[in-house]
Amino acid sequence: MAATSEAVVNPAHVETTKKPPARYWDELQDGKDDNKVGKDGEQTGETLPQKHVEKAKKRKNDEDRGDAKKFISGKPDPFPGPAHISKDRMQKFKRRDKTKKIPRQHYKLKDMMARSDEVSEMAQKQAARIDLLLPEDAGFLEGDEDEDTCTISQEDISDAVDITSASKYFDLKLSQFGPYRLDYSRTGRHLLLGGRRGHIACIDWQTKRLMCEINVMESINDVKWLHSEAMYAVAQKKWLYIYDSNGIELHCIRKFNDVLRMQFLPYHFLLATVSATSFLQYLDVSVGKEVAAINTKTGRLDVMCQNPQNAIVHLGHSNGTVTLWSPNQKEALVKMLCHQGAVRSVAVDKTGTYMVTSGMDKKLKVYDIRAFKPLKSYFLPAGASCLSLSQRGLLSAATGDIVQVYRDVWSTPVTKPYMAHRVQRTVWGMHFCPFEDVLGVGHGEGFTSMLIPGAGEPNFDGLDSNPYRSAKQRQEWEVKALLEKIHPELITLDPTELGQVDQATSQQKHQDRVQALGFDPLAKEKFIPRYKKKGRSSAGSIERRKRQVANEDLRETVQQSSEDKMKIEKERKEREKKEVLLSSKKSALDRFKK
Amino acid sequence: MAKVSKKKVSRKSVRKSSTVTEKIAEVKPDVVYDDGDDEFLSKEDGNISSEEEEEEEEEDGGGKDERKRQKLLEAISALGGKRQKKLGERSEAAVLMSEFTVNAEGEGDKIDLSDLIGSMEKTSAVPAKTKKQLKNLQHSNKTIECPLSKQESERIQRDVAFRKASTEVTRWKDIIKQNQRAEQLVFPLDKEPTGPRPMERMVTGWKAQTPLEQEIFALLSANKQPINDPILTPAEEASMRAMSLEEAKIRRAELQKARALQSYYEAKTRRERKIKSKKYHKVQNKAKRKEFLKKFEEMVKTDPAAALEELSKIELARMQERMSLKHQNSGKWAKSKVIMAKYDEGARKAMQQQLEVNKELTQKLVTALNKEEEEEEEAVDEEVLPDFVNDAEQGLHCSNPWMRGKLSEDPAEKELSENMDLITEGPGAVGNPAEEEEEEEEVVETEEETLLREFDSRRKRRQAHEAVTAPVPEEEEPQVPDQEEEEEPQVPDQEEEEEPQVPDQEEEELSEFTSLFQGIADSSREAEMPEGAADTNPSAQLEEGLVRVRTLEDMELLSQPAPATEQLPSVAPQADTTRKRKRGIELKEVLTKETKVIKVPLAPTMEDTEDSEDKLDQRGLIKEAFAGDDVVADFLKDKRKQEDAAKPQVVDLTLPGWGEWGGTNLKPSRNKRRRFRIKTAPPPPRRDQCLPSIIMSEKRNSSISLHQVNSLPFPFQNHAQFESTIRAPLGRTWNTEQTVRKISKPKVVTQLGAIIEPMSREELLKDKKQVSAGSTSHVDSWKRKR
Repeated sequence: MAATSEAVVNPAHVETTKKPPARYWDELQDGKDDNKVGKDGEQTGETLPQKHVEKAKKRKNDEDRGDAKKFISGKPDPFPGPAHISKDRMQKFKRRDKTKKIPRQHYKLKDMMARSDEVSEMAQKQAARIDLLLPEDAGFLEGDEDEDTCTISQEDISDAVDITSASKYFDLKLSQFGPYRLDYSRTGRHLLLGGRRGHIACIDWQTKRLMCEINVMESINDVKWLHSEAMYAVAQKKWLYIYDSNGIELHCIRKFNDVLRMQFLPYHFLLATVSATSFLQYLDVSVGKEVAAINTKTGRLDVMCQNPQNAIVHLGHSNGTVTLWSPNQKEALVKMLCHQGAVRSVAVDKTGTYMVTSGMDKKLKVYDIRAFKPLKSYFLPAGASCLSLSQRGLLSAATGDIVQVYRDVWSTPVTKPYMAHRVQRTVWGMHFCPFEDVLGVGHGEGFTSMLIPGAGEPNFDGLDSNPYRSAKQRQEWEVKALLEKIHPELITLDPTELGQVDQATSQQKHQDRVQALGFDPLAKEKFIPRYKKKGRSSAGSIERRKRQVANEDLRETVQQSSEDKMKIEKERKEREKKEVLLSSKKSALDRFKK
Repeated sequence: MAKVSKKKVSRKSVRKSSTVTEKIAEVKPDVVYDDGDDEFLSKEDGNISSEEEEEEEEEDGGGKDERKRQKLLEAISALGGKRQKKLGERSEAAVLMSEFTVNAEGEGDKIDLSDLIGSMEKTSAVPAKTKKQLKNLQHSNKTIECPLSKQESERIQRDVAFRKASTEVTRWKDIIKQNQRAEQLVFPLDKEPTGPRPMERMVTGWKAQTPLEQEIFALLSANKQPINDPILTPAEEASMRAMSLEEAKIRRAELQKARALQSYYEAKTRRERKIKSKKYHKVQNKAKRKEFLKKFEEMVKTDPAAALEELSKIELARMQERMSLKHQNSGKWAKSKVIMAKYDEGARKAMQQQLEVNKELTQKLVTALNKEEEEEEEAVDEEVLPDFVNDAEQGLHCSNPWMRGKLSEDPAEKELSENMDLITEGPGAVGNPAEEEEEEEEVVETEEETLLREFDSRRKRRQAHEAVTAPVPEEEEPQVPDQEEEEEPQVPDQEEEEEPQVPDQEEEELSEFTSLFQGIADSSREAEMPEGAADTNPSAQLEEGLVRVRTLEDMELLSQPAPATEQLPSVAPQADTTRKRKRGIELKEVLTKETKVIKVPLAPTMEDTEDSEDKLDQRGLIKEAFAGDDVVADFLKDKRKQEDAAKPQVVDLTLPGWGEWGGTNLKPSRNKRRRFRIKTAPPPPRRDQCLPSIIMSEKRNSSISLHQVNSLPFPFQNHAQFESTIRAPLGRTWNTEQTVRKISKPKVVTQLGAIIEPMSREELLKDKKQVSAGSTSHVDSWKRKR
């Protein structure tokens, strides 16, 4: 009711000049519709010029309104139709192109295609709509005029920001147990530190609560969180160990020896390790089985990273090559020659588009790993020993004791870093924290947590990795993640390959089958004549028997083939007969048929 | 019979052979004629019959004499020996047989139509029409065609039957097709959609049929009264449409007041209802009862029909009370009071009161009307009944709203619990159910009530008005979607045009690229010299090392990548002119890009001490340090090896000494070698053939092929179609809930426990309409989409 009255009142409000109240006898004649004016714009010529402008606007509205529903109040809907979705947002959720229409299609196919088009469009639209619920946006540090952002020190930043953020910049002085490697859990809440001299510490780093701290009394090569913050793997001097968050040793895996680097593939529940003996091994942590062990035959392996998009493992080698591996193939999927010297570090970005490598030749190179083509090449005076890419695409490179962070290394040529910071001693491990603007640096004197504005993804997926999840939620997530675990067989270079039709020939398929089974199921077993006594197994008789069997087989095949031929011939004749019948329905001789 | 006659005839012929020959000759032409007559007998039969007929002719001719003669002959033959006698006996049987073969006179003759017509003219019973027909027949010379053979006629019959059946069946074709193509089928199929049906459909579906209705409608339409939604007349609508600002303000104020009043009223009633005081309610109830009785008395005089109804209600309530024992000693409260009654005076009193209430409730109400009614019932026959009695079966059946013929009343209102109240409460039960409740409890505040009611009615009127006005502008609107339709198709067109270009371009680029690359390779072979000069960048030392290590074979190969990294700029500009558009990343562009030197404000104070700590594997360290030397050469070698391994090998199956001389120094002839050398087709080009610094494994990934679709499913015509349909994800992780539900909609839904009947013919007709409507709407929706 309120709406009605407003509807009537509103036009009066809009008009600037005072007009006598409209009466129905007036309205019946000329101003029958204020709403309709848009269409017969010529009529409005006699009215005030101000109004004219207004109406022109209105017409615009009217046009894009289309078949907007009239409301009970009679007031036109100011925002007719579904809400507008911006194009780039739609593009973001585009899963497939629209199918082209082929003129003569089967009706079922037509229906199916139309339906799938409709569904995908709907899905795209709705996803784009719901994208509204991710309102957080990332920002970057911006310096004043002729001020480099790289000269701004961490102290300045932490002074400027709020207390919570400022508390994220801190130093842990752990000089006793040597250079540290580190790993953040997938939610970004938990930090795992592993000192070279055997010190391990799990920290809820935001609250600075220490979960556990142990010393394994052995040298540590790498540490890695497993799927949740309840377990982590430690590559020690000889074997691979798994501890829980209380520091209790759960497993010692003897199959994995001399491990130098580890990567965890979260959706496959695979722990990929590389060892000094040039073995790349995959451990399924959900069932505790070794999935694959590949001898790469390339010497000591200590450069490793994963492609988060397709779970391919990238290894860097001393001969300047980077190789790509999946657990399904015993040889490298791709071998790229990246550097003149040895590769020191490799990193792949979140979308799986770019790979950044640094080598002994003091170069930093950016590759497009979809096309395997180099994009950019930079020369770092000191060379980068350690690389890490953030969720938003910031690259951090460590040269000696200096940590540099670069923005947009792949799109625009970079001449100076976005940020730089000096730590006490040589950097040993470096990682961006997920969902936080924080870079964790492990070095000889302990651990430094740096503030890097714009590093983390501001919008987290609560169902995938929720930084604020409770214990209960974590349990739920664990069950769901295990149910949705991707089989290691599905790891391919092109993740869309699964959706393609296998166009292999039958011969290839048979070969695959033979390979999978280990024997040929269709092969005929060879005839071995039985040994007979009383001199009947003489060489001649054995040969004779063999020939006999061979002849029988031959006869069988000949018979079979001749039968087949006959059958085909017969069918052909029948078909011809039918065709004749169909083609000439009435022949002169038809009347003799009864 | 034919057989029998044959026997006889043959015998006779044997006997008569000598005597009757002349006669046969004489009759012969006749016989021929007869033969022609019965054509369709089989030949054998025909012969026999002809002979038989010969005999018959004889008999005909001879008449009695013939028979006598036969007897005589028989007698004579009987005189003979034993054998003759036997024959005589048989001939007697033949006499018996002759009874069956007796023929009417003139049997063999043809009946002419004229014969029949002659008699027809004599008889008067034959109608003139048939006479005429027969005459026509007589004049016409047409012969009737012989009937079709059995097979043919059967075939025709089958044909006709098939056609009939197929037409019958094809009527189902549309609906079957529709059901097959439906996205979802909900069984049972004819289920009405749940929920209330929209008013429009109910109204439009209804038609004035009875004369009374028609008359009413005629009146209504003549007076310009609304028919479909009987609230506003056109005049009223017009006045409604015209409303000035003041009016609007006034109305708004009114509305506000109404709302306020309503809320007050609601609050008041709520408050009253919450009062727990028994005494208060008792007083209230008593007052109400009194009021009601007073009104009832009045009503008996003024409106006996309503009063009667009230009465019946009271009666019903009384019955209920008697049945339920609510106010007797069965309730929880009553039981507790019974226990207390011994000691507590108050409890006893309460019980007494309770029983009194019960008595009161179960008492039969004796009123003037009631008496009257009884009297009337007795005197039904004599007196004319009052009109209201005729109305419908009232009295005890009033709980059934349909029996009362008053649709305005809410059936729910007749719930038993409410009935209790109705006895004591107001007369409003007859009125509108919405107002009823209000009126029941409130007698005093009539002003508020009236106001509220007024507002209510006004609101309804307005709504109706808007419902009427709404469709008016819709007539103009279809133009707008038309425009959109015109505009929109252009966009996909453009897209479609663009799409096919893309792969073409890619191909072009590829081919261009390969040709270009070869060109580079050729040119670089000639221009080995400037290569060294070009090496000015930091990797120069490494390159030098490279040159030193190279063998002659490697030179060829190396000449390819080295210029690709360093000398491309000279060739690139030429290529650029030919290129139309750049797309993606081009190798030549990237490799020529010089490495950018990055300046870092902080100089590293510490060298990479990590290495020094790595004393464990110094050999590896040393190796790393000198690794750069032959990195490129090694890589190229590796690549070449891989390429060679992938190439199909030539199989030589020549056996020396077969078909020619063999020996130590004898080689099989060239011709033979050529014949037995098997060359396989070259493999498809390697994926990394234009990427000099990449080696890609060409091995088939058989692990994933187990999970892939092997063959194209039915309706799809090519792989792209199928792949595009399964491209989009279906799960909850990637889609909104609504989409997931739409995607995973089951094809067939059956209701649990519902019987699924086979389709009936009526449904077919009904669906035909729907289909036509549905198809048009479908088309519309398609158009709109475009």
